[in-house]
Amino acid sequence: MADAKYFTTTKKGEIAELRIELRSDRRERRKEAVKKVIASMTVGKDVGSLFPDVVNCIQTDNLELKKLVYLYVLNYAKSQPDLTLMSVNTFVRDSADLNPLIRALAIRTMGCIRVDRIIEHICEPLRKCLKDEDPYVRKTAAICVAKLNDMNPSLVEDQGFLDLLKDLLADPNPMVVANSVAALSEISDCSPTAAEATKLDYATISKLLAALNECTEWGQVFILDAVAQFEPQDGQEAQSICERVVPRLAHGNAAVVLSAVKCLMKYFELIPDDSEYKDAVLNKLAPPLVTLLSAEPELQYVALRNINLIVQRKPEIMKQEIKVFFVKYNDPIYVKLEKLDIMIRLTSVENIVQVLSELKEYASEVDVDFVRKSVRAIGRCAIKVDSSAERCVRTLLDLIQTKVSYVVQEAVIVIRDIFRKYPNQYEEVIDPLCKNLDNLDEPEARASMIWIIGEYGERIDNSAEILSTFVDGFQEESTQVQLQLLTSVVKLFLKHPTDTQDLVQKVLNLATQESDNPDLRDRGYIYWRLLSTDPVAAKNVVLAEKPLISEETDLLEPAMLRELLAQIATLSSVYHKPPNSFIDGRVPLRQLKNPVLEEITAVPPELQNEDSLVPETESQTSEDVQNPSETITPQVPEDNLLGDLLSLDLSSPLVLGGMNTFDIGGSSQRTMIQSGGDLLGDLGGIMFDPVLPNLTQTTQNIQNVPMGTTDVGFDIFNQYSTPVLNPFQLILPKQVVLPAAKGKGLEVSVTFARRNKDIYMDLTLFNKALLPLKEFAIKFNKNSFALAPAGQLNIVTALQPNKSIDVSLAVNNTNPVEKMEPLNKLDVAIKTEIATHIFTCFVPYHVLFSEDGKLDPKTYLEAWKQIPDANESVCTIDTSLDSQGIIARLEANNIFNTTVKSIEGQELLYMTNKFMNNLWVLSEIKISNQFPVTSVLISMKSRTMEVVPGVFDSVRAMLAT
Amino acid sequence: MIQSIFLISPLGDVFLERHWRKILSRNVLDIFYEAQSKATSPDDISPVLSGGSFYIIHIYKHSIYFVAVIQGEIPPLFVIEFLHRMTSIFTEYLHECTEQKIRDKIVLIYEILEEMMDNGFPLATEPNLLKELIQPTNIVSDVIHNITGKDTMASRLPASQISNMPWRRSGVKYVNNEFYMDITEEIDCIIDKTGAVISCDIIGYVDCVCKLSGMPDLTLTFMNPRIIDDVSFHPCARLRRWESERLISFVPPDGSFRLMTFQASAQSCTTLCLPIYVTPVFTLKEASGRMEIRVGTKNTLGKNLDDVEIICPMPKEVVNVSLVSTVGMFTFDPVTKVIRWKIGKLMSGKIANLAGSVSIQPGTSVRARPEVSVHFSLPLHAASGLKVNRLEMYTEDFKPYKGVKYITKSGTFQVRS
Repeated sequence: MADAKYFTTTKKGEIAELRIELRSDRRERRKEAVKKVIASMTVGKDVGSLFPDVVNCIQTDNLELKKLVYLYVLNYAKSQPDLTLMSVNTFVRDSADLNPLIRALAIRTMGCIRVDRIIEHICEPLRKCLKDEDPYVRKTAAICVAKLNDMNPSLVEDQGFLDLLKDLLADPNPMVVANSVAALSEISDCSPTAAEATKLDYATISKLLAALNECTEWGQVFILDAVAQFEPQDGQEAQSICERVVPRLAHGNAAVVLSAVKCLMKYFELIPDDSEYKDAVLNKLAPPLVTLLSAEPELQYVALRNINLIVQRKPEIMKQEIKVFFVKYNDPIYVKLEKLDIMIRLTSVENIVQVLSELKEYASEVDVDFVRKSVRAIGRCAIKVDSSAERCVRTLLDLIQTKVSYVVQEAVIVIRDIFRKYPNQYEEVIDPLCKNLDNLDEPEARASMIWIIGEYGERIDNSAEILSTFVDGFQEESTQVQLQLLTSVVKLFLKHPTDTQDLVQKVLNLATQESDNPDLRDRGYIYWRLLSTDPVAAKNVVLAEKPLISEETDLLEPAMLRELLAQIATLSSVYHKPPNSFIDGRVPLRQLKNPVLEEITAVPPELQNEDSLVPETESQTSEDVQNPSETITPQVPEDNLLGDLLSLDLSSPLVLGGMNTFDIGGSSQRTMIQSGGDLLGDLGGIMFDPVLPNLTQTTQNIQNVPMGTTDVGFDIFNQYSTPVLNPFQLILPKQVVLPAAKGKGLEVSVTFARRNKDIYMDLTLFNKALLPLKEFAIKFNKNSFALAPAGQLNIVTALQPNKSIDVSLAVNNTNPVEKMEPLNKLDVAIKTEIATHIFTCFVPYHVLFSEDGKLDPKTYLEAWKQIPDANESVCTIDTSLDSQGIIARLEANNIFNTTVKSIEGQELLYMTNKFMNNLWVLSEIKISNQFPVTSVLISMKSRTMEVVPGVFDSVRAMLAT
Repeated sequence: MIQSIFLISPLGDVFLERHWRKILSRNVLDIFYEAQSKATSPDDISPVLSGGSFYIIHIYKHSIYFVAVIQGEIPPLFVIEFLHRMTSIFTEYLHECTEQKIRDKIVLIYEILEEMMDNGFPLATEPNLLKELIQPTNIVSDVIHNITGKDTMASRLPASQISNMPWRRSGVKYVNNEFYMDITEEIDCIIDKTGAVISCDIIGYVDCVCKLSGMPDLTLTFMNPRIIDDVSFHPCARLRRWESERLISFVPPDGSFRLMTFQASAQSCTTLCLPIYVTPVFTLKEASGRMEIRVGTKNTLGKNLDDVEIICPMPKEVVNVSLVSTVGMFTFDPVTKVIRWKIGKLMSGKIANLAGSVSIQPGTSVRARPEVSVHFSLPLHAASGLKVNRLEMYTEDFKPYKGVKYITKSGTFQVRS
């Protein structure tokens, strides 16, 4: 009769009824009752209230009843620790029973009771059982040590159980050995000290290998895994281990086979190359792996993932076996995809014909994912085997003729990759591709097509027309397509400037003005700057020869591969991720979201992002993408787009220098360039925009780690601009301007710095009061340079006692002017919830120098002449720098070099700098020809002499070495 | 190690769970359910899934998901092998492993799981050993048990539990000592539409039924062991003897077991003459199409093929078929779109034909080409030509009756069109 009968009950008081039965005198009835209880337990009914009655049945010599009661106790021990404690005596007594089965059962069950108070009662019986005369008890006890370690690792070490376990490695019974190995390896997995303590030597490894033949299949896996951890001294040891492991390859248990493969992969590397045995081992590896592929699909999958690693290291062992990786239509999809991957890895000139015809066959299968991957595989073949490229392209063309949407789309993507490997060949496919434009509705396929059009624009008659239809729907496209469209239009413009001006203007407009995607805006601005400043450079950048892609792009890195090969048969080998990336002892560090599938579908990044001027994948979190474009925006003339290149309007007040016709005042200037003619030549004549270096600097700094701010939630705008642009930029150390004593516990230190053309006041607020401070506000008094805070202090949370916070505050010049003494004095008020504090600080002059302080030699000369000689001041500054060093340092701080002259062995540097309030200072630095340089003579001229001493001080600080 | 095992029905109900360490909440299965909801067929769920700090390894067998939850590093194959072993043990005890049977015998299953695993470490996984610990039940024993109240569980430690041969129970006694071997060879092959063989493998199994008293030590030798390219043995086989002498020396388990699985050498596969030919012809375009499948024997040396069946999954655009077969019966399942053509016995030299028209859903066009899978068996023949030389027995002095039978079958035998 079936156990289902235990579930049926006709009366209401089920529990009460069970209780009566449990107290019955008759053993059979008690047993039946316990069975009923267990049955209820298995379906999740709460029978915990019967605990005392069930435990009462424990004192029986009937083994089945005992087992059932134990099963019950295990289930409820956690919720009824007190009662469990009462049953402990029975366990302890049973652990000394005459019947080894009962001894083992008792020690086994005790180990499973995960109640802290029980643990102390386990130690003594466990110690006895580890030395029991019966191997069955010993092997059970070995596992019990692992259980104990799971609950209380320090206890295991303190009580010396590790040593007892190690002793068991030399046990005459192989099962005991195997279980000890298993327990030891689990313990060492979760504690490094135990790992150190359980390191095995060659003698122990020999003993383990001797036990290998006779222990269970599971034990063999444990032993082989332990052997694989061992580091042999020399090739001799390695070979003798190999010899003993090789027979395991014929075991029926796939886990044993794969663990043996793991050992062999490790040790055969250590056998000297000239040894014949090495080849012999290598030849033995392939057949068992192939045999695994005729097993159940789940086993196949794990085997395939491992084979995938092995063939990357040693493709030759599987070369002859490529046919076993041919896909059968009833394989599960995860097996199909994996087989496909390995097939491509094994593809070579010899088998390419066969592989291609298989792939073509797969492309007509039903499963969409698999079809896509097959089409992609054709592309990988083309890239891998040069001589097959032609054939692959023809196959792809055939597939495009099918007009099946997803096949065509995949084919387009693949053909793009083929062009990356074989540029300027197979152009005949472009035509059929263009005929299938309507079929492309996936971003990657559209982006690929647009890339091809951009790249081969000159060979497609209506390329501009095609792109312009794409541009019409620009807003609806995904970012990937938009980025590609932008690039391709720019490419086309550089190739066919005459008829694509409107298009390029439109697309730049869309990218920079209409889009709120920072990547897109960024790229838009970069192209735009490039085109407007130096079209030749633009051409060099945009139309640069791209590095060819190769098949290596989808191989794992050698170091990674080596690490993974050491992990064959483990989870790492299935995920193709090193163990420390997801398993740390027992606590995985981070979550992997179905990495298997991710890897299967992932295309190597090299194939995905070409043309990326802005590294898209590097360190761009959602936070920092906001910024670059925002900082750029103010400098970009609103309506000065590239379309205007022909009637070039660079009316920005920032534009200075470069062309002789410019005056210092920065009044707008129009340079008309006639349309027609050699447009690119004309573009070459377009003036140089000094903003450009800063722009590129900005983008470089995108990748820099922000410094100086510790507050993560800090205003991203500021955080962005925090990085030091140039190592030579002078940033004075913070000075305490408001000591805690004066500030009611608030200590303020301040420095100023110039970043991204704005002045920042960097403050450190230190709360030395006992209360948290909050609601910070800041205000500047009127000052000489009209400085005013551009925003408020970004302090979101209260500043806790004894904590400090770093804040950057952008500063602009919108305050009323009042001349201070000295000029750079700045009075600041900081308000907190508690009080308002006023302090004085001094703005270093150099942060006031603006970025547009460069003059051309002619203007410099005129200006120098205009300033009366009375306004000249001379000073000597000690420095050991040469002229290049001086220029580098000064230019980093916005004192710009106009020219360098060499007269009578003396070098003369002409420098200019401009204050934010349009005060100009011109200087001449004389470097004598004595060697080594110790000092330089600086003459400065300015209409406002008051600033000159301050500028001297700044220069002195900049040149200090 | 293995933390917990869940048995889940195809609908997603957990009908059995066993925890060896902490009791895990069923939430750990979320990742599995997520994968299940995405998969198009129950077979298609990736066997290794990762969800937070747990990893989920499962197999799908007998329309049940056997799901193991693990934490920390453990060879995935180890887990998968264990799960497969579990299913085969359940099948031995329950005769068929279905959800209903397991529900019926839930306490027995619990007891078995308790014996199979301790703290996530496999314990007793040999059917012989388990049967000594827990007696399998059948209707008769159930009745006896109910009357006498006799235990189904051994109260003494089985000797084999700790012996070097855990697979063999001790004290076996038979009046008639017999040993039978079935050598089954399966042909896995892919044939393209021109009839050319694209890939072909022969996988062989040696299944034994052992009814021998005592502790017999057997040695099996082949006439032509070179044919065997790669082997995987039952744990009872002494691997080193095979390694050095190409003979199989073993103390067999009692009852039926699979002694070895082998892969025939590449050479014997390439020189293999397939005993059957199948030529499927499909012309499926828009609206309607025609199809014809011909099947005939070849190279069978006058032997007949048994159990011939052709299974042909049609593209999903196909609505119906109207076919005529010269031999056997065919069915078409309009839901799964599969044509099953049972031919049964195919006489040597005879040709079977299935032909007719196919109606296709209007407005669609067929893209995928059907692949035909073929099933057959050819008794008394080993495709690879493997032959047993002799089976010798040592250590026991009775004369057993020995028998060997060869059969060739189709494995995954596919013909493309």
